[in-house]
Amino acid sequence: MTAIKEAIKTHGLTEKQLLQMLEKMLLARALSVRQRILQRMGKGPMTFSGEGHEAAQVGSAFALRPGVDWVFPYYRDVAVAVTIGMTPVDILRGFFARRDDINSGGRNMPSHFSHLGLRIVSGSAPIATQLPHAVGAALAAKLRKLDEIAVGYSGDGSTSTGDWHESMNFAGVQRLPVIFVCEHNNYAISVPWRKQAAIENVSIRAQGYGFPGVSVDGNDVLAVYGAMSEAVKRVRAGEGPTLIEAKTYRLMPHSSDDDDRRYRTREEVEAWSAKDSVAAFPHQLKELGVLDDNAEKEINDRVNHEVDAATDQVEQEPQPEAPTALRHVFVEEERS
Amino acid sequence: MPEKTMVEAIRDAMFEEMKRDDRVIVMGEDVGEGGVFRATEGFVAEFGEDRCMDTPLAESCIVGAAIGASLNGIIPIAEIQFADFSHPAFDQIVSEAARLHYRSNGTWSCPIVVRTPYGSGIHGGPYHSQSIEAFYAHVPGLKVICVASPYDAKGLLKSAIRDPNPVIFLEHKKAYRAFRQDIPDEDYTIPIGQAETKREGTDISLITYGMMTHHSLKAAETVEQENGASVEVIDLRTVSPWDKERVLESVKKTGKALIVYEDNITGGFGAEVAATIAQDAFEYLDGPVTRVASPDVPISPYSGILEEYILPNPEKIAEAIRKLAAY
Repeated sequence: MTAIKEAIKTHGLTEKQLLQMLEKMLLARALSVRQRILQRMGKGPMTFSGEGHEAAQVGSAFALRPGVDWVFPYYRDVAVAVTIGMTPVDILRGFFARRDDINSGGRNMPSHFSHLGLRIVSGSAPIATQLPHAVGAALAAKLRKLDEIAVGYSGDGSTSTGDWHESMNFAGVQRLPVIFVCEHNNYAISVPWRKQAAIENVSIRAQGYGFPGVSVDGNDVLAVYGAMSEAVKRVRAGEGPTLIEAKTYRLMPHSSDDDDRRYRTREEVEAWSAKDSVAAFPHQLKELGVLDDNAEKEINDRVNHEVDAATDQVEQEPQPEAPTALRHVFVEEERS
Repeated sequence: MPEKTMVEAIRDAMFEEMKRDDRVIVMGEDVGEGGVFRATEGFVAEFGEDRCMDTPLAESCIVGAAIGASLNGIIPIAEIQFADFSHPAFDQIVSEAARLHYRSNGTWSCPIVVRTPYGSGIHGGPYHSQSIEAFYAHVPGLKVICVASPYDAKGLLKSAIRDPNPVIFLEHKKAYRAFRQDIPDEDYTIPIGQAETKREGTDISLITYGMMTHHSLKAAETVEQENGASVEVIDLRTVSPWDKERVLESVKKTGKALIVYEDNITGGFGAEVAATIAQDAFEYLDGPVTRVASPDVPISPYSGILEEYILPNPEKIAEAIRKLAAY
């Protein structure tokens, strides 16, 4: 308890902010759950769950300035998206592939988050390809002398790719205002970390690129927020990148097409479920006297209502018009 | 008008665009020192290391970082030292640059130019000689330009830099210093997607691009002097989008089509040209749509004898013209 109090004091978080963090975590969880259910009901072909990663995602994204800092998420980052400011309608339009889907107009798979105004940049499915983009956006910020930070999110599987290493290296050489957040959940679909790398903590690799790397408990939203705040300070001070490794766990299979019983024991999943941040954080806040049962119910009701309302609304919304599939191959207008 | 080599024209195009628009930067390997072909000579002195940036030797990150920078107000020209070394960046070009605008429903766009020397005939061996235009011409969302003359290179590179889309700009390295051409002092551009008829003719339409344009012009002269067959030579200059109208119009006039390209014959860009002619000009044809290209062996061997054996040249092209003219 003392540690939590200390963390809150150090980071200058207000009670209101703590409750906001909780609400974002609960909202992200509710959206993951809702999409899984909808997928099983046959309402959409595919879904990716962020369940288990909420603390890592909210804790890191909460330290950013929406619409100012650049976010390059990967498909598990629903809590990053909602923390930066995407709404349940934005997320569910992606799931339902609706005409007005701000992510992609129904072109990309669900959970490939994109929002121009919030500077959440559209990504692809190949792993870690967004990290060079984060580096490039940070490079532009440096060249243009803008006070902007780019954050590249990816999972532990991404750390084996060339783009991951090339991005770290270039960012280190140029001391760019970029932060890499690795959501280390121990699995790349079915491949466990021990087959991915011969080291325990991927954060140690940062040393090889000339900047600090830290490993944090990715289920501790305040620990992640603390690490991210430090990284943000370093960037602002012109000290360049940080690699943050948030150790967490994917509570659900990789996607709605995956069966994790083939490669994970139920005991392992249960052990991690017991450490689920979405259950632990409200408990911590209650112990701190920031939250009581009534307030918790109020937040949960609000979140559930939002997700229900968004589901009802979006399901009724129009699909894209078929011939629009031919549009937007090229930018048609002249460049300014 | 000053006479310039192609590499000088390319240098001038970038230099002038960087002067004109301070968002434009060059990034790549050895560009700070002027580049292995000297295309960025003097750039660091003029623009500083930030706008002519040496990068780590990692092509995927060069293109990927260029994409990211383009999202945040920079117009990057990413130089890949040789087209043969662009393959590590294939994912960034194909999955990212080409698809970003489409997959975001027209929200994000990616104004980058990937410049790279391509083509053989300089004893470059299998890894300094490749033609890569067919890979990228196959990918919607990319514009692909192939230049082999100073005037075209300058005008098209300026258009590429000013284009709001990702452009793959392929410079035939044998043409870098092979000849000079008058270049106007004033600013000019050449529209992307516009072919040029380099030589008028009435009997055969010869469609080509890159270094093969020069070989084809020689072959056309040779044959005309021999037997009077009149060959129209069209330089596509841009392979994506390509100037179908100009090509079909010519073929409908001559009734015969010869397509010449340096790349391997199978699946090379000329195959697309041939298919289009076969489908859209069938009723006008008076002979087989014919291709002259390199055989399906990795282009190209280091030895001059082996290389010469592989590549199309004026003699091989002339022979194909004679054969087609006889129909």
